[in-house]
Amino acid sequence: MTTPTPKPTVATVWLDGCSGCHMSLMDLDERLITLAGLVEVLHSPVVDQKQFPQQVDLTLVEGAVSSEEDLHKALIIRARSKLVVALGDCAVTGNVPAMRNYFDRTELFARAYVENAQEPPTPEERQVVLPVVGVPPLRPHATALHEVIKVDMFLPGCPPPADAIWYVLTEILAGRAPATTTVSRFGQ
Amino acid sequence: MNTPIDVGTESITLRINDQDVSCRKGETVLQVARENGIDIPTLCYMEGLSIWGGCRLCMVEIAGSPKLQAACATVCTEGMNISTHSPRLENYRRMIVELLFAERNHVCSVCVSNGHCELQAMAVKLGIDHVRFPYRFPHLEVDNSHDRMRMDHNRCILCSRCVRVCAEIEGAHTKDIKGRGVLAAIIHDLDQNWGESETCTSCGKCVNICPTGALTHRGTAVGEMTKKTTFLPYLTLMREDQP
Repeated sequence: MTTPTPKPTVATVWLDGCSGCHMSLMDLDERLITLAGLVEVLHSPVVDQKQFPQQVDLTLVEGAVSSEEDLHKALIIRARSKLVVALGDCAVTGNVPAMRNYFDRTELFARAYVENAQEPPTPEERQVVLPVVGVPPLRPHATALHEVIKVDMFLPGCPPPADAIWYVLTEILAGRAPATTTVSRFGQ
Repeated sequence: MNTPIDVGTESITLRINDQDVSCRKGETVLQVARENGIDIPTLCYMEGLSIWGGCRLCMVEIAGSPKLQAACATVCTEGMNISTHSPRLENYRRMIVELLFAERNHVCSVCVSNGHCELQAMAVKLGIDHVRFPYRFPHLEVDNSHDRMRMDHNRCILCSRCVRVCAEIEGAHTKDIKGRGVLAAIIHDLDQNWGESETCTSCGKCVNICPTGALTHRGTAVGEMTKKTTFLPYLTLMREDQP
């Protein structure tokens, strides 16, 4: 057991998104050093810790909820985070990952793994070709994060600009509720 | 479709947001509010076109009436006491815009009108950072049959500005609306592909007047489609001068 850190703890999670929101987070540039002094980053695609921590003060979530694994992660995030922020359009609206929702999953798999295959598989091979082992099942729809868990704040943008992320983080750390539409919008 | 309201010379006085204002008889609440620098949000209203009253964003409270009224379609009367902004109205306006986002597939990040869209700007204006209603994700078509223009039903909010500009300004009436509720859609002629329309003059007024990325020029990529609505006041003025 380590002694509890006095700094607020932060996690960032990457669900069904392109990682662009995390890239935008990286675009904080030298402010990342300031941020490192203000918070303890416990879990993120850019830190080693692979398991979501038992308790976090603030979690930023990028990406839509698309697979059963995403849903599972979302529920853990909610249970273990004091504040959950939907980071970027995929988490806020579903955005591009949700564009598959206009088709059902059979059509989708047929398009990806049969029609667009370099050597189209025979009907007998189709069951083998469709990925069913080692990948999480796709949910019928990719949805916004707040359709499956309670989300405390929303920062739209594709991606939200680094300045918007910085504004939201510093406002939260100062104990204020950020007015996110003043710094970003859908499709920013 | 409503006919334009005749504005007379008789003057009347009323109050908007506790501010005394005067106007000519026949003017609408929206006109008078805007003349006095009071901003009422709208999406379907377009100066120079007939009044539609469809988007319901311009709803206002009128003292003595339990019902909200659409400012664009309500003619001012003597002594009216109007409130254009209240927690109730702002809540309804946010709900309306959120429902527009939930009804079709407005994927702003990959839309040709990203950054030049009235719906997107309205979300910012009303402080909408997420949509509280489940998205419907309907499967809608993109009509790519016209050689210069494109109709993307995914982005359409059915404001009918294209229908009105086509019928009233261009005089072609190529466009109209079929169906009801969520099944309503813009059509060309007798629900044909746009490219096969015999009445479309390819003037492009509908593209420029469309508030979203529903009507665009072909060959535009994400964020490249900008609209010019400046033609409308000139054309309207020219028509008024005709005997």
